[in-house]
Amino acid sequence: MSDNSPAVRVRGLVKSYGGVQAVRGIDLDIHPGEIFALLGPNGAGKTTTVEILEGYRRRDGGEVTVFGFDPGRERAKMLPRVGIVLQQTGVDRYLTVTETATMYASYYPKPRSPAEVVDLVGLTEKRNSRVTTLSGGQLRRLDMAVALVGDPDLLFLDEPTTGFDPSARRDAWEVVKNLASLGKTVLLTTHYMDEAQYLADRVAVIAAGRIVAEGTPDTLGNRDHARAHIRYRVPDGTRPPDELAGTADASGFTVVTSADPVRDLHRLTGWALDNEVELDGLEVTRPSLEDVYLSLTEDAQEVKA
Amino acid sequence: MNALRLTGIQIRYVNKAFWRNPASAFFTFVFPLMFLVIFTSLLGHFTIHVGSKTINTSTYYVASMSTFAAISACFNNLAIGIAFQREEGVLKRVNGTPLPAAAYLGARVLHAVLISVVLVAITAVFGHLTYQATLPTGLPLLQFIVMVLVGSAAFCALGLALSGAIPNADAAAPVVNAVALPVEFLSGIFIAFGNDTPSWILWIARVFPVRHFALGMQSAFLGTPFSWTDVLIVAAWGIGGMLLAVRYFHWDPRKS
Repeated sequence: MSDNSPAVRVRGLVKSYGGVQAVRGIDLDIHPGEIFALLGPNGAGKTTTVEILEGYRRRDGGEVTVFGFDPGRERAKMLPRVGIVLQQTGVDRYLTVTETATMYASYYPKPRSPAEVVDLVGLTEKRNSRVTTLSGGQLRRLDMAVALVGDPDLLFLDEPTTGFDPSARRDAWEVVKNLASLGKTVLLTTHYMDEAQYLADRVAVIAAGRIVAEGTPDTLGNRDHARAHIRYRVPDGTRPPDELAGTADASGFTVVTSADPVRDLHRLTGWALDNEVELDGLEVTRPSLEDVYLSLTEDAQEVKA
Repeated sequence: MNALRLTGIQIRYVNKAFWRNPASAFFTFVFPLMFLVIFTSLLGHFTIHVGSKTINTSTYYVASMSTFAAISACFNNLAIGIAFQREEGVLKRVNGTPLPAAAYLGARVLHAVLISVVLVAITAVFGHLTYQATLPTGLPLLQFIVMVLVGSAAFCALGLALSGAIPNADAAAPVVNAVALPVEFLSGIFIAFGNDTPSWILWIARVFPVRHFALGMQSAFLGTPFSWTDVLIVAAWGIGGMLLAVRYFHWDPRKS
């Protein structure tokens, strides 16, 4: 296998459940060292796709390889190189944190030190506590520790920070970022756009079993070329120039959609200076990743319906 | 062998978790002795006829509670334990690691057999000290050991097979009891068969493995003839259980 061959390669993946097509022809390439986020609403086919890659489910058609191995037929060769954080899993509740990490380490050919992994996910203080005494967030971090203890080259993270408080999420993000800096590959599914924005090198939006957009978080859906919104407020009785009058929103702000925000802003601020008008709360925004995501997934739902 | 090494490591963790779960340790260890005391208190001063022999019911109960203990440690514990671990997602997670399925399940089975052997030994010694049951020596002891090991392994296989049919953790104990208890009653475990036992019960007892397991155990304590046919019938059930387990065992909480 050459160095630039993808860690994960998917071509024409299809899967049905009882006649209903859950995945309708997905292509993906995830490169070594990349953090790749799969976004999509519930029921879009995210978990089905990921569980086929993990070898939990059989595909109906298409080609799938993980490090060159077919997860359906060569799962035993693939598993030593991957770590899996599922949406819902458990560990034996009567073992302690360190015992759990040590037990899972024993399954792998070249594990990391259990104590180091427990420390990495911030459970050092809880290392001698039984699993029954951990909070939901701590259990999720133990999930992460167990997935990391085999020193995987590829980490599958299915909604890894659901239920985390904001600081725990930041900590988890740092763990994932550090993995990528060590050359590990991460496939992440998430509902949180800020998570995808912060972590992912590339994202794909999956809706109704198909990939509807793929790109970097900054360019997804041509977000960087999309029209900007200019938002401002003028004192009562003042009328801005007609071409910049836009529409008024509920809080009395004027919103202008602009294809050329540099020129339009220049015109607006020039007019304000000439007429000595205050432009209260002036701001220019591009559609957020969330805006793009919502419009993409809405379109797909309409096509499906 | 790597798989053997992994199985050995895994048994240690299974054992730790077993002893830290108060419910499983209590039911497994206290139930058989408690039943032995209750049944012998209620019915222990009678005698029964087994073949041409006249035997104290207390001695009979030492043999049948040993059988009951082994079945509980293997069949009940494994079927219920696996159903819980499946629902909690432990099985699915293990199935996503390089640990071979055989090492994981092998460790569970070997641990259950080990607990079964310890339980049978405790019950036998307790019966010897309290009810003057004779402990087997020589050839009967060897036959007894073979019966305990074959029976325990077979009931483990049947427990694994049944776990595939248990829909969720809440259903685990009721389903297991609904399967085990009637067969145990109909095999004379709790109440010994007499001359007037209906023939349909005798037929059921002949078909299912519990009675044959119990007969093997009885020969050690009661001095009744030991029959390899009993061992073979129990082993056949075990092989059948293993085939069913291979076919119907699943790791994922959702059936797929």
